[in-house]
Amino acid sequence: MTDSAMSTRAKVEKSMKKRRAAESRFRTYGLLSVLFGVLCLVVLFGNIFSKGFSAFSQTVLTTTIHLDTDYLGVTATSDPQELRNADYEGLIKQYLKDTYEPSGRRERRDLYGMVSVGAAWQLQDMVLENPSLLGQTIHINMTMDDDVDQWFKHDRGTANEALRFSEQQLVWLHDWVDSGALHGRFNTIFFTNGDSREPELAGIRGAITGTFLTLLVTFLLSFPIGVSAAIYLEEFAPKNRLTEIVEININNLAAVPSITFGLLGLAIFINIFGVSRSTPLVGGLVLTLMTLPTIIISGRAAIKAVPPSIREAALGLGASKMQVVFHHVLPLALPGMLTGTIIGMAQALGETAPLLMIGMIAFVVDVPGFINDPSTVLPVQIFLWSDSPERAFTERTSGAIMVLLGFLILMNTAAVMLRRRLERRW
Amino acid sequence: MSIIENHETVGTPFCSNPKLSARDVGVFYGDKQAIFDVSLDIGSNEVIALIGPSGCGKSTFLRSLNRMNDTIDICRVTGEILLDGENIYDPKVDVVPLRATVGMVFQKPNPFPKSIYDNISYGPRIHGLASSRVDLDEIVERSLQRAGLWTEVKDRLHSPGTGLSGGQQQRLCIARTIAVEPEVILMDEPCSALDPIATAKIEELIDELRENYTIAIVTHSMQQAARVSQRTAYFHLGQLIEVNNTDMVFTTPEHQLTEAYITGRFG
Repeated sequence: MTDSAMSTRAKVEKSMKKRRAAESRFRTYGLLSVLFGVLCLVVLFGNIFSKGFSAFSQTVLTTTIHLDTDYLGVTATSDPQELRNADYEGLIKQYLKDTYEPSGRRERRDLYGMVSVGAAWQLQDMVLENPSLLGQTIHINMTMDDDVDQWFKHDRGTANEALRFSEQQLVWLHDWVDSGALHGRFNTIFFTNGDSREPELAGIRGAITGTFLTLLVTFLLSFPIGVSAAIYLEEFAPKNRLTEIVEININNLAAVPSITFGLLGLAIFINIFGVSRSTPLVGGLVLTLMTLPTIIISGRAAIKAVPPSIREAALGLGASKMQVVFHHVLPLALPGMLTGTIIGMAQALGETAPLLMIGMIAFVVDVPGFINDPSTVLPVQIFLWSDSPERAFTERTSGAIMVLLGFLILMNTAAVMLRRRLERRW
Repeated sequence: MSIIENHETVGTPFCSNPKLSARDVGVFYGDKQAIFDVSLDIGSNEVIALIGPSGCGKSTFLRSLNRMNDTIDICRVTGEILLDGENIYDPKVDVVPLRATVGMVFQKPNPFPKSIYDNISYGPRIHGLASSRVDLDEIVERSLQRAGLWTEVKDRLHSPGTGLSGGQQQRLCIARTIAVEPEVILMDEPCSALDPIATAKIEELIDELRENYTIAIVTHSMQQAARVSQRTAYFHLGQLIEVNNTDMVFTTPEHQLTEAYITGRFG
C-alpha cells in the first residue's frame, strides 16, 4: 500500500517538471501573441498620429489689409449680391504687390501663389457678415498655400526648402516667420469644408456628413428589418428544410466580399430602380445589405441566450406567443441586439469597396444636405486623398484616418457600455 | 425488477368529482414514446402527488395537462385530457385561456427580471383581470398574502423579484400563478431547489391552497408526497402503475413496483 502510494507520488513528482514547463511555455506563447498585437497597434497608431497630427494645424499669415471701397467698388450699403461679386482676390493681390514690391511678372506670380485662393473667400465672408468693415483697415489671418504650409511645418531651415521656393520667396517666408506674422493655428477649415482640389481648403465636413447620412439610412433600414427577421426566424418560423436553407444563406451572406454588395447595388438599386448614384441613399441601401446578416445573426444569438425558464413562466401564465416575445424575450435580448447592430454599423462605417461601385468616389465639394445629395464618406475620402500627389494631402489622409478611428472607437465603446448597462442577470 | 407485464393501473385512478381526467394519454417525443396509455382523474380541491424514478414521465404527464408540451416541436400527445368534461387537445381549444385556467409552477424559481409588483401583476394585466390600478394593487396584495410573502416584501414591491431568496422567489412564482385565479395549479418539483425551511413553507402553502384550487404536484421526495397530498400516483417507465390514497400507497402499496420504489430499492 505505502509502496504503491509512494510510487504514485514519485511518478507525479517526476511528471511535474514537464507539466510546469508546458504551462509556462503556453503562457509565453500567449504573452508573445498579445505583445505582437499591441506592437502592431502601436506602430499603426504611431505612424498615423505622427503623420496626421499636423493636419490639425494650418499656417496663416497675420496681416492688416485696407478694405478699399474704391477698389472693390462696393460700400456698406450695397446689396449682398454685389458684395459677393466684388474682387477680393484682386484686392489681396493689390495689397501684396504694394507691400512687398515684387519686381517683374515672375516674382509677382510667386508672391501671389504663396497665399491660398481661400484668403479671398475669407475676406468675402468677413465682409458679407459685417458690411460695415468696408473702408476700414482690418486684421486678417490669411490662409496660406499648402506649399507654404508644408514648408512651415516640415522644411523650414532644411536643405529641401530651395526645391519648391525661389530665393526671393524664401526671403519673404523667413521675414514673415521672424516677425511672427506667419504662424500655425488650429485648422478649422479641415472640419468645416468639403473636399477641394486645394489641400489647404480641403476638409472632411462633406465626408462626415455623408457618412452620417449613409449610416442613418443603414440604421433605419437594417435595424428594424434585421431585428424582425431575427425574431421571426428564432421564434415563429417553423423548423423545416426551408428555414434551414434561409439560415445557411444568411451565414453565407455575412461572409460575402463587400464589393459584391456594391455590384449588386449598382445593378439593382441604380440600374433597375433608378436611385441616383453617389448618394447616401444608395450607399445606405448597399450597406444595409451588408449589415443585415451581422444584425440577424447577433440578434438570433441574443434571443437564444434568453433563458427558456422565462419563456415558460410567461407561457404558463397564459401569455400568447406574441406577448412572450414582446414582453419578455425582446427586452432581455435587446442589449445583445443593439451590440450586434453597433458592431455592424461600425463595420459599415469603415466600408469602402462597395461604395466605390456605386459612385461615392466622385469628387464632391458641397456638403450634402440630405440623403439624395451627391456625397462621399470618410473611408472613401481617405482613399481619394491617399491617391493625391500633394504632400499636404498625405497629412490630411492621416488626419481623416484619425477622425475615422475616433468614430470607430466611440461606437465600439458605446457598444460595450450599452451591453454593461443593459445587461440583466437572472 | 423486470419490465412490467401488467399494463393495468392498480388502485383507484378514477374519482367521483374529477376536475381533470386523462384518458389513454400517450406522449411521444418524435418516435420515442414517453407516456403509455395513462388514465387518471384529478379530483376537485385535492392535491395529487405524482411520484416515480427519474425519467418515468411524471413531469411530461404534468406538462401535458396544460399543453406546455406544445412548445416542443417534436412532442405529440394522443388520447384525451378533459378539463371539466372538455377535451383540452381539441383543435378548437386555445391554449391561452387553458393556461390561464391551469397554471403552472416550475422546478426552478423563474421570476421575471422585473419588480415584484410587475411579476404578480403581469398575468392579470395581460388577461385584463383588473379594471383599475387600485384593482391591480388589490390583486397583487391578495396574491402575495395567499402565498405568505406579503409581510416579507410589502415594503419593496418595486425592487426586482430576482433579488429575493430562492424560497421567496418560488413563493413569488406561486403568487404570480394564483394572481390569475386559475382552477388548477400544476407544480413541477417546486421544492427541489429549496432548503428544508423554505420547503416547509411551500408545503404549508400548498395545504392552504387546496381549499380553492386543484393541485397536481410532481415530487422526488416521498415525505413531501406523504405530507401534502391526498392521493398519490406512481409512475414507472412511462406507465401509471398505481394510484391510491396517499396513506395507502406509503403503508400498503398494492403493486410490487410501488413497494420497491417507496422502500428505496430503486429510484
